[in-house]
Amino acid sequence: MIQIKDLHKSYKMGKNSLHVLKGINFNVEEGELVAIMGSSGSGKSTLLNILGMLDSSDSGAYILDNVPIKDLNETKAARYRNKFLGFVFQSFNLINYKSAAENVALPLYYQKVPRKERQEKALKYLEQVGLKEWAGHLPSELSGGQKQRVAIARALAAEPKVLLADEPTGALDSKTSYEVMDLIQKINDAGNTILIVTHEPDIADMCKRIVHLKDGVIIEDKKIEQVRAEQYV
Amino acid sequence: MWIFDRDLWSEIFATLGKNLFRTFLTMLGVIIAMIILVLLLGGANGMSNGFQKIFAGTASNSLFVWSQSTSEPYKGFERGRRIQFKLEDATILKEQIPEIEVLAPRIELGSHRGVVTVYRKGLTSGSAVYGDYPNIDDIMKKKLVEGRFLNENDMTKSKKVCVIGEETYKLLFEKGENAIGEDVRINGVFFNIVGIYKPNQNINIDGENSVYIPFSTFQKAFGSGDRMGWMAISVQSDTKVPVVESQIKRLLKNKYDINPIDERAIGSFDMSEVFNNVSAFTGVLQGVSFFVGILTLLAGVIAISNILLITVKERTKEIGIRRALGATPKVVKRQIVLESIVITVFAGFVGFAIAVGFLAIANNMIGENSDMPFYNLMINIPQFLGSFILMVGLSVLIGLIPANRAVRIKPIDALREE
Repeated sequence: MIQIKDLHKSYKMGKNSLHVLKGINFNVEEGELVAIMGSSGSGKSTLLNILGMLDSSDSGAYILDNVPIKDLNETKAARYRNKFLGFVFQSFNLINYKSAAENVALPLYYQKVPRKERQEKALKYLEQVGLKEWAGHLPSELSGGQKQRVAIARALAAEPKVLLADEPTGALDSKTSYEVMDLIQKINDAGNTILIVTHEPDIADMCKRIVHLKDGVIIEDKKIEQVRAEQYV
Repeated sequence: MWIFDRDLWSEIFATLGKNLFRTFLTMLGVIIAMIILVLLLGGANGMSNGFQKIFAGTASNSLFVWSQSTSEPYKGFERGRRIQFKLEDATILKEQIPEIEVLAPRIELGSHRGVVTVYRKGLTSGSAVYGDYPNIDDIMKKKLVEGRFLNENDMTKSKKVCVIGEETYKLLFEKGENAIGEDVRINGVFFNIVGIYKPNQNINIDGENSVYIPFSTFQKAFGSGDRMGWMAISVQSDTKVPVVESQIKRLLKNKYDINPIDERAIGSFDMSEVFNNVSAFTGVLQGVSFFVGILTLLAGVIAISNILLITVKERTKEIGIRRALGATPKVVKRQIVLESIVITVFAGFVGFAIAVGFLAIANNMIGENSDMPFYNLMINIPQFLGSFILMVGLSVLIGLIPANRAVRIKPIDALREE
């Protein structure tokens, strides 16, 4: 699903150049649930941004679902993001004046899905995350866990190839975190490929594979026995 | 068509409605600018209409020619010789200058601009008395309050009939008294009144207290022979009055042995000059109004752009989210530009409605019969469409500034955790 070869990225900070990614190589198969771990400054967020086409690499290859991702202009990047990727952010990033259902339907709007179909799909995915009754509520009327579930529904709505989650539990207490992880596991069980950036070991243990980044290189890449979140809920 | 996309519009109205008070304040600039533009244009149009109303009835391409005394000696004649036109001059001019459309000879009783006493049952009026051809009405239309103007029949039969001014009527008759069919006496001759005219308020060549009788009757009653006082002439609409004017003068100077360089012997007045001056004046006024109005409008629209820039800044995160979810730069741009257009157009219509209301009130207060040169203050359809198209054009151009700012927002920067 994802192939990355010798990925480099550096940022210019005044006169100094900060080499953030120093040759990343890894592949992700369809249906995997991967945790990308590392302390702050390890380059994990940069990697996720490049995977999410929010940022570009300096060198190296990135192939997503057999499509080489290179030479993207803004419009093309937007189309690919819309088609291939679903985003879940630490701070949810819901649009605050839109209802839960409208938020979920937004990526479909950019896919030019007809209005009626959009509403139906939005409700379907809200139901999947257990928030069908909250469809008409504004984000301000929802709890943190509920907001993140709406965000997950939104990421799923576009039926992406890969779900990218940047510290999805970072702003949640542990109980709610496990609930969200339970949801993510179930989505993964259904066959979706998911990448999670996290620095919490217990969250990483709930994935099927852990990629450990340090100072811009992968120091560890191992498959693990998944801890089911269900038991903590 | 994307323009009919319901979601697009609900997106736009959602963002505008999110901060109603600010949206309103933003619009205020354009509302006021539109009011100023429409009021200025309406006022200038009203002035143009007012002048047109004043000139109504007077042919704009007309001139008047009269005789005076020579100021240069010529062919053995001394200077200061009094020139007297003859009726045949009218025929000669009409024959030799085809550009002349209507030529109405006129003769005055007494000296030029003199008055004659008109009697009726012990009442008197000092009036100007003119011998006229009926076609004078084609050059200077008389508004008749009662009865009719002189006609060809009066001329050929040399009828002793007259048309009197309203002022003359007031002096010779009691209020409300019937005048048509009554007689007045001028220099011992009785004339039957066939019509009363109302003076044109502002262009007053004949005066308000005047009596018109047929030229032929005048000749017989007062023994004026073939003398002619002056001529009212209208020229073909495709001809310039000054051209015909000099032709006429050259011809008459030749006929009466007047020195070609004598400027005083033949007097004339070019009506078209007055018209041209007035229409040039109102034209300039309209131009200036439009210019000032458009600049004000520009200022208003710039204020909208400014607010939208601030809004874009505030919405950085939202725009970043949209971009991450797949909004292309084009979509983002279109939304901001449309917001600009919607605010501007809506504000423009509000301002337009208010200004038209003001103009309607002003029209009501001025009314039909005002001495002021203001009448029917309103902007016309081309002006409305012109300013409307300009407004939309400006709002698109100005909307592009915040739109481009919005497009420059990178989702990665917008979504970066603070």
